[in-house]
Amino acid sequence: MSAAPRFAAGARVTVRRADPPGHIRTPWYIRGKTGEIERLCGAFPNPEELAYNRPGTPPQPLYRVRFRQRELWPDYRGAPGDTIDIEIYQHWLEPA
Amino acid sequence: MSDLHHDHDDGAHSHHHPTRPDTDAPLTHYQVMEIALRELLIEKGIFSADDVRRAVEAMDARTPALGARVVARAWTDPAYKARLLANGSDAVRELGIDVGATRLIVVENTQHQHNLVVCTLCSCYPRTVLGLPPDWYKSRAYRSRAVREPRAVLAEFGTVLDPAIDVRVHDSTADMRYLVLPERPRGTEGWSEERLAALVTRDSMIGVTRPSLQ
Repeated sequence: MSAAPRFAAGARVTVRRADPPGHIRTPWYIRGKTGEIERLCGAFPNPEELAYNRPGTPPQPLYRVRFRQRELWPDYRGAPGDTIDIEIYQHWLEPA
Repeated sequence: MSDLHHDHDDGAHSHHHPTRPDTDAPLTHYQVMEIALRELLIEKGIFSADDVRRAVEAMDARTPALGARVVARAWTDPAYKARLLANGSDAVRELGIDVGATRLIVVENTQHQHNLVVCTLCSCYPRTVLGLPPDWYKSRAYRSRAVREPRAVLAEFGTVLDPAIDVRVHDSTADMRYLVLPERPRGTEGWSEERLAALVTRDSMIGVTRPSLQ
């Protein structure tokens, strides 16, 4: 049984600003940033647990979250519509 | 004469060319661990050395020609393209290509948006449809700059985008893999799938270039 998805497509979410030790698949540059759920990708065993030979259950919902480049990098030189989509597990996301 | 060159003059054969440097550096910690683990698994009969060789051979046999077939089909068959964008893995399987458990997301380039794929964490890459990634894809420079200044990176690949075209970067950080569906070049009306597939390069399916007739 997977953890229940908390977010729907279009929801605004903020990535937790946290620094736990271990195998983390949430890139540094996106922690603390706010974006929008692009889609739910399904549920997958938590890689932070798998890396230490634990089962990673319950599987965590995984989302693609879309961020505006101009909100990530203050000096971004590109179009206002430029975006970056990143896969982020639910336990790293909070409602914005 | 440098260490990297050798000369020989044996009559019929007289030339000067570089030799590949030997890789005699000591093994790294992780290389030693990989060899130790592999040997142990073989010793315990979990798999055989031939199983390992076959797996490497199967991976080496995959090339961007697989992805190019998928793109050419999408260019010529709108219904297939719709299925490909809805569920990449299932649509690729339709063509008889084994994608295993890969969860493939296909992102479409249009006159309004251009897609670029990177993995900032390591080197996640759609190997089942493109084969092994190029070295630059795994470099720290590409991984860090593709998210920070994608238009500058694209320009270095010769892809200068109009500011009216949005750049969508996809950071492949977890369980999905990404394939870019490039725009079909103008002037290819009526072309066969095979002829179209020949235009579709590896780099255009990563998103650093666009297919062209040149």
